[in-house]
Amino acid sequence: MKPNDVILQTVTKVVTFIILTFAVYLFLAGHHEPGGGFIGGLVITSGLTLLYLAFDIESVRQGVPVDFKIVAAVGVFIAVATGMGSLLFDSPFLSQTYGYYNLPIFGETELATAVLFDLGVALAVVGTGVTIILSISGDA
Amino acid sequence: MALLVPLLYKYVPRIHTGWFVLVVPIGIFLYMIELIPMIAKGKILVSSVPWIPSLGINYSVYVDGLALIFGLLISGIGALVVLYSVYYMSKKREALHNFYVYLLIFMGAMLGVVFSDNIIVLYMFWELTSIASFLLIAYWYQRKQSRYGAQKSLVITIFGGLALLAGLILLSVMTNTYSIREIITADLRGHQLFLPAMLLILIGAFTKSAQFPFHIWLPDAMEAPTPISAYLHSATMVKAGIYLVARFTPVFGGTIEWFWLVTGTGIITLLWGSFSAVKQNDLKAMLAFSTISQLGLIICLLGIGSSLYVTTAVFAALFHLINHSTFKGCLFMVVGIVDHETGTRDIRKLGGLMSLMPITFTLMIIGSFSMAGLPPFNGFLSKELFFTGVLEASKLNMYYLDTWGIVLPILAWIASIFTFIYSMILVLKTFTGKYKLSKYEIKVHEAPLGMLISPMFLAILILLFFFFPNTIANNLLQPAMSAILPGLLDGVGIENNIKIWHGWTTEVFMTLGVVVVGMLLYASLNKWSWIYEYLPAKMSFNYLYDRGLVGMEKLASQITKKYMTGIVRDYLLYIFIFFVLVVGGSLVLLNNFTYHPADNGSVSAYEVVLMLVIIGAAVLVMLTKSRLTAVIGLGVIGFVVAIFFVIFRAPDLALTQLVVETVTVALFMLCFYHLPELGKETEGAGFRTANLIVSLGVGIVVTLVAISAQSNALFDSISSFYEDSYQLAGARNIVNAILVDFRGFDTMLEILVLTIAGFGVYSLIKLPLHRRNNR
Repeated sequence: MKPNDVILQTVTKVVTFIILTFAVYLFLAGHHEPGGGFIGGLVITSGLTLLYLAFDIESVRQGVPVDFKIVAAVGVFIAVATGMGSLLFDSPFLSQTYGYYNLPIFGETELATAVLFDLGVALAVVGTGVTIILSISGDA
Repeated sequence: MALLVPLLYKYVPRIHTGWFVLVVPIGIFLYMIELIPMIAKGKILVSSVPWIPSLGINYSVYVDGLALIFGLLISGIGALVVLYSVYYMSKKREALHNFYVYLLIFMGAMLGVVFSDNIIVLYMFWELTSIASFLLIAYWYQRKQSRYGAQKSLVITIFGGLALLAGLILLSVMTNTYSIREIITADLRGHQLFLPAMLLILIGAFTKSAQFPFHIWLPDAMEAPTPISAYLHSATMVKAGIYLVARFTPVFGGTIEWFWLVTGTGIITLLWGSFSAVKQNDLKAMLAFSTISQLGLIICLLGIGSSLYVTTAVFAALFHLINHSTFKGCLFMVVGIVDHETGTRDIRKLGGLMSLMPITFTLMIIGSFSMAGLPPFNGFLSKELFFTGVLEASKLNMYYLDTWGIVLPILAWIASIFTFIYSMILVLKTFTGKYKLSKYEIKVHEAPLGMLISPMFLAILILLFFFFPNTIANNLLQPAMSAILPGLLDGVGIENNIKIWHGWTTEVFMTLGVVVVGMLLYASLNKWSWIYEYLPAKMSFNYLYDRGLVGMEKLASQITKKYMTGIVRDYLLYIFIFFVLVVGGSLVLLNNFTYHPADNGSVSAYEVVLMLVIIGAAVLVMLTKSRLTAVIGLGVIGFVVAIFFVIFRAPDLALTQLVVETVTVALFMLCFYHLPELGKETEGAGFRTANLIVSLGVGIVVTLVAISAQSNALFDSISSFYEDSYQLAGARNIVNAILVDFRGFDTMLEILVLTIAGFGVYSLIKLPLHRRNNR
């Protein structure tokens, strides 16, 4: 039996993109405003969860063909690798740095290595969260 | 490089993976060779990379004479072993990528042990060598014996490693530093922790170096492939213990306890190892016991040398260290060849190979005669020095040596006789006698040239070291000695010219005696080998180890069954009771509870209302009979907490709490589908009272802790440190700056834990399902 929730599905189609965009904003804003990798990752997870609830798992899997276990592993790897990266510059493990660069479109922009680490955090959170939800719901 | 190996194995299957690996040790070896002239002049190389600077743990590299000798051995023998294994390990049948990854891990760990200046780093690499050894012994994990041997070596060496860690921590407590260089310059004698630290470190060293009575793991470790046995279990890993003893001689040496512990253990190991080696029927087992005895010899010499009066002994120890690596490496490879080409290592089956494998035969003679201490091989020189060392020690007028000293040369002499006997067995029983075709399962022929290169190289070294011993003595041994005995050699510049012929000294007569008695005993081996039967199996340490393991497993499973009921509720109960007892107990016992209402802010009306909502929701969760209501109640609590965060102006926390709450409720709904209806509680009143007490206890303790944490400012508030986060990390959001910049390590481990938990859930749910489908 396939549930047919027209309202939920229609709303979800719109809302998911708002949520995901908001999540990216949160992720990038993290250095100065509330947000960051952890929250960004969680919001992405909740957006995806909404998708999975509104549609069934199979059709979402066709749309988002990602193995979230790998996403989690990649996230942890990135986080550790950025830590290792600082060793190359003779700094202690996991030291972060930042600088201001003049980029073509964005103008004066701050680039911080912390964002890379944060990316790892976000990916790990998304991967783990979705993996747990999928495996529990997949048990039905 | 280790990361590349699996890729190479997969994508370049036609070329043996070993060729790529070979580049690594050769490169390291050449680099070390370049360092020799500098080290020989007495220079010491130091370089340091901060690792966890806030704890004083830096990855410091420290190269002096002692470390250099080990570095050369590790990379040099490593290169030869890799070359040998290219021909030994079949690329068709074996999982080569695993093999070389483990080998490289081990090589890196071992170099880390000898070059590290920081004791924590040293310990980390030390355990890594144990783990690499475990993986390599269990390489043929399909075999029961391999698994048994691997487990045994791991249990014993990790036990030693933990003792070592404790010892190292005691040392750093005494000296208030993690740096080995600073520890060995400190004078610790008379400190109350001196003796415990010494004992713990010695246990670590003795387990690793397979000293009596921890030697039992080494023969079982011979289940590993032969290149591994040659590398780990004779040339390098087992020498880590020797390195440790040598490295800490400046700290502990010169005390009577150190002298007798090290010398005594060494000489007992020497005697027992050589005595046991004679009774073995397996060539590799024989070599294993001979390794044990030779390690004992080196340890014994280091012990004698620590007394500061017998510099010859330290010199002999280092010289024998190098010699042992050459001849034992060579012998292991030769035995590997015999095994590889005949299909057996049993001396009862072997015989008459002389004409079939002439090169192997020659190599075996060189190796064994060197081990037996006969000229013209390097083992002769170091054994003469060994005799000189024990003789000098017996003349010393300290440490009760005037009464007991005579025992040392006698034991050394007896052990040498047995060494001579098993060396002869290795050569004669394998290669002489009649060749019987029926005894071999495969066609016997000489080994391919590539397999012979490495042992040949070592055999040439054996000869070279005999004829030009002073070259290594001056360039390698001298700086290492000044590392072991600092201060002693300043300005004195000891003369340690090794001479091949000293004249008719006591040592020469001792060697002659060894040869004569050894020959006689070998000829009459059948007549006296019955004494080995008299050693009852139940008396051996092996038996004790096995019994201990079985007993421990039984005990552990019995205890585990008592509390692992399989009911989550029980586990929670344990955790809560423990929490209440420990935290609440320490609050009461240490009288730490404080309450200063004066520091508190005022409570607004919003907060009171929200508080009431939370309390109401909590009560609802407790009393409801419906799961759905309970979930909603929990959700209410979570969202109200988020509102609290908003009120207290913590937008980051509020945001996180909101999203987490949403996801959790979704999760609950998913689980909800599978759970049975909440039944009527059938438990008796006693059970419910117990639960009530525990939950009240948890609540009270948490409240008390929160109140006293609020009123108990032991340190200055750390928020002032984070005020300049914008300057330090370029972040205006302090929370995030803390997460990624200041406490990045925490965050990294957190996501690691999170991911592991996620995979745990995944495998818990998916794997049984998978199995059900298969059925």
